[in-house]
Amino acid sequence: MQKLTKDDVHPKIVQALLGTNVHITIDDALENEMILNMGPQHPATHGVLRLLLRLDGETVIACVPELGYLHRGYEKMAENMSYLEFIPHTDRLDYISPPANNVAYALAVEKLAGITAPPRAQYIRMLLAELARMCSHLVAIGALAMDVGALTVFLWGLREREKILDFFDVICGARFTTSYTRIGGVASDVTSDTMKNIISFIDQFEEKFDEMERLLNGNRIFIERLEGVGVINKEDAIDLGFTGPNIRASGVEFDLRRATPYLFYNEMDFNIPVYTEGDCLARYFVRADELRESAKIVRQVIDKIPNGEVMLNSPKKVLPRKTEIYTKMEELIHDFMIVNFGINPPVGEVYHAVENPKGVLGFYIVSKGEGHPWKMKIRSPSFANIQAIPHLVKGQMISDVVAIVGSIDPIMGEADK
Amino acid sequence: MKELLKDKLTGQFTTVQFEFIEQFDELTLKFDKSAIVNVCAFLKDEDGLKFNFCEDVTAIDWATRKNRFTVVYHIFSMENKFRLCLKVDVDESECSVESVSSIWKAANWAEREAYDMYGIIFLNHPDLRRMYMPEEFEYHPLRKEYPLMGIPGAIPLPKK
Repeated sequence: MQKLTKDDVHPKIVQALLGTNVHITIDDALENEMILNMGPQHPATHGVLRLLLRLDGETVIACVPELGYLHRGYEKMAENMSYLEFIPHTDRLDYISPPANNVAYALAVEKLAGITAPPRAQYIRMLLAELARMCSHLVAIGALAMDVGALTVFLWGLREREKILDFFDVICGARFTTSYTRIGGVASDVTSDTMKNIISFIDQFEEKFDEMERLLNGNRIFIERLEGVGVINKEDAIDLGFTGPNIRASGVEFDLRRATPYLFYNEMDFNIPVYTEGDCLARYFVRADELRESAKIVRQVIDKIPNGEVMLNSPKKVLPRKTEIYTKMEELIHDFMIVNFGINPPVGEVYHAVENPKGVLGFYIVSKGEGHPWKMKIRSPSFANIQAIPHLVKGQMISDVVAIVGSIDPIMGEADK
Repeated sequence: MKELLKDKLTGQFTTVQFEFIEQFDELTLKFDKSAIVNVCAFLKDEDGLKFNFCEDVTAIDWATRKNRFTVVYHIFSMENKFRLCLKVDVDESECSVESVSSIWKAANWAEREAYDMYGIIFLNHPDLRRMYMPEEFEYHPLRKEYPLMGIPGAIPLPKK
């Protein structure tokens, strides 16, 4: 963090920070107050988030988050590429849980195209989405603990996450940028060996996570740094557009897996953890409980998964299998048409939102019946969650800002798009 | 839910023309932009509706249509577990619409983003700055006339 001179901050940002229309130089008019710049290269901002803090001593009076340091213009790029071509870009939105984004995007396009993936593909998607949720929460908890000074949990969490990434490697062919879903299914099947390995991972995971929790739940420094810090009540949380574990820590039982069920979540037996305190500690507890619930869902998915195809047989909309392309004329033509001209869904507009690890991820797609979308809007959870930071940090100490940012778990890849 | 919405809205707003569109299991409500604040406030507070969660505000650039832009609001009722899409047309000659950020605080940044990307002015917005692009940037990149490759020199280099 460095102290700013007046050339560093745009006058409009200063105006937002001070709340009045003033023409000042920062050095004189603030006498006892100070403006401090945190980020975009600060290690505790989880990416390139820039916070401008107005301080009175150590107390935060106001905060203005600045976004756009990772803005890659995905919405513009989406208008210029086919629906299939955009799948790899969804990996780079919430880059801690790429398969969950793949699933969200594929569901939105399938809703637009009027097709449904076969049951086995949907179960595999659920499996991947829940493993991604575990990944994301392990990183979130580890990073939060690290931000308030407990390094071990981060290392233990990443060790477990590494095992999940190995499964992604086996299933999707990539540890990180999975690009696993296709329109109308998933890229490849999951073998029964892999599923057995996942079950044995889950078996040992619960034990390992108990160990991790013991490190934190009995840690006085960890509890005292988080308890009662960054409190947000139910009404404000809804009003500010909080979603995901953050809103469930404020006493709102809102989870799209239950509210508007997609895939086969209505057949799964799981609880939605809700805490009412609304502080950083409650947000940590929700994530810890959700990890266990996700493990439960993974077990049920593997238990119930049906046999069958993993790609829909719909030649005009879904890519045919490679072996058929090489041997059959019809399939070769369809492959050529889909790759070169796209899947041409009907004219219309569709909005589909799913419960991602960070919150509600929605895709709004406007189609004019062409191979590429006319418009695509990504409703990203981190964007809305960061919007609440000024509300959360007001009146807190400057060292709590780090804990608060860690507890809402923003990912700049999807906040900046 | 659709019938209830229709009854309540036509009962409350006699002068506003509502157009209900149903597509892909989604309900869209289209009306004139002058009524946006009143309709949104009604949808949020009315018993039985309670659309308390504003998911998103965005715009569509139709490029060649008479009303060039459409501002789109996605709102959700946690009580009824029902999602509604609101649409108002905005013309380029009068490129502004009333802000709904006084009704849902979540609309604040979403409207800033729509302003940044499409240049639509949200009137009475508390803090209408650009969301992603630098303040000095002159263009609105999601408008259809803005090229995919960008305009050379449009973003000034940072000062040394």
